[in-house]
Amino acid sequence: MTAATITARHSFANSAFTAPSARIHTPEPAGKLAFSFRNVAKQFGGTEVLQGISLDVYEGQFVAVIGKSGCGKSTLLRLLAGLDKPTSGELAGTDDRRRTRIMFQEPRLLPWARVIANVEVGLTGIAKGEAARQKSLEILAEVGLADRGGEWPSVLSGGQRQRVALARALVGHPSILALDEPLGALDALTRIEMQQLLERMWLAKKFTAVLVTHDVTEAVALADRVVVIDSGRIALDLAIPVERPRRHASPELAFFERQILDQLYNR
Amino acid sequence: MSSALRSIGRSSLGWLLPALLLAGWEGASRAGLIPANVLPAPSAVGEAFWKLLWSGELIENIRISTLRALSGFVIGGAIGFALGLANGLSALSRELTDTTLQMIRNIPHLALIPLVILWFGIDEEAKLFLVALGVFFPIYVNTLLGIQGVDPQLVEMGRIYGMPRKELFLRVILPGALPSIFVGLRYALGIMWLTLIVAETISASSGLGYMAMQAREFLLIDVVVLSILIYALLGKLADSLARFLERLSLQWHPAFQTV
Repeated sequence: MTAATITARHSFANSAFTAPSARIHTPEPAGKLAFSFRNVAKQFGGTEVLQGISLDVYEGQFVAVIGKSGCGKSTLLRLLAGLDKPTSGELAGTDDRRRTRIMFQEPRLLPWARVIANVEVGLTGIAKGEAARQKSLEILAEVGLADRGGEWPSVLSGGQRQRVALARALVGHPSILALDEPLGALDALTRIEMQQLLERMWLAKKFTAVLVTHDVTEAVALADRVVVIDSGRIALDLAIPVERPRRHASPELAFFERQILDQLYNR
Repeated sequence: MSSALRSIGRSSLGWLLPALLLAGWEGASRAGLIPANVLPAPSAVGEAFWKLLWSGELIENIRISTLRALSGFVIGGAIGFALGLANGLSALSRELTDTTLQMIRNIPHLALIPLVILWFGIDEEAKLFLVALGVFFPIYVNTLLGIQGVDPQLVEMGRIYGMPRKELFLRVILPGALPSIFVGLRYALGIMWLTLIVAETISASSGLGYMAMQAREFLLIDVVVLSILIYALLGKLADSLARFLERLSLQWHPAFQTV
């Protein structure tokens, strides 16, 4: 399978389906590289999980990585976050670990620390004491949990816990945020709210986002660019030039969604 | 107001059954159903209590026994905790010592009494040794289990956020192991009293176990019964203290949240 890049159709950008007001343009795939994979391969035991992945991601891009389970998409993210080392090939732009944060499907909050203290974990080695507290309070307010700082994580709902995890990931102002199916365990309505929050934070903080997901709808709703991984290789690299704010289930998004699904199921 | 009263009522509910048992026992003794030379009435035990309390003998014996129990507990508990930490955190240390410890663990520590008397005589060391040995294993095993049971995902999270080893231990690993360590602590407190009483009964010249044995010599059955009741109270006291500490340090745990 070869990588195919399908560029935008301009007719879609001006179509009647998009919301007419408050259009925010997504960052152009130009400017500085945030990170790049050069011919990266990863083996576990004898099996090749990733083979020959080459990917350039620009600063401020929102990239979604999609694939069936076991296709290697989570491994890609772990390499990006420095949790695993590639068997061969090179990664550039991922040297400073503090630049990259990762968010998992589970919030991974410390149950014995109050919400605010959990957010402060994100400032380990960056800020301490009163400064850390102040920054954490600010980011908690931004994710809509201004008054919950003193609670134990166990009293929060699943969506709220994931918001705390997002606040913890962003409080240190990372330049890359890797997201490993962070909304996978949430119910459908909470998931849409979280997608909107994620988009809002991304627009405000201007980090590079790499979202691994198995939800095609989520990918096209959030990303500038969708990368489909199949059997350890990039099978499709598709730009989603739909303006923001995007509307769920709009025909434009459905168009791209169909292309991705066709690729996934070789139709 | 009413909820406060209700919570007091709830917490005293556990004492209802012991109180009823005492009342039944007193009644049966007075009616002559239980002969006084088999089991004296609670009032007779109460009298013995007052007498020993005023003579100072009781306080002195409780003091000596408590001191022995706690010193043995501190020694055995500290070694058990340290080894549990070491073996939980380092695979090398675990491989080196765990097999040996598991073998020793399977020897009932009270079986060592004859040997311990030969080694230490009937001095303080003998009792300290036995209590420390008895307390060691529950603390060791549960500390080890607790550390091995810490959610690896949380440890990975701590690493991702660049926590230094010390901080990772204090903020992630130790709090994660704490519920299990408390289980060990409560077990150990029970074993602490049991071991001490047995050791004092067999070889001592002071302490509660000695007091009970002396009373048996002189057929003072009320004092024997009194000693047994005091063991029950001391055990309960130690357990309550452990539960209090548990409650204090595990506030985050859903099982300890009152809402």
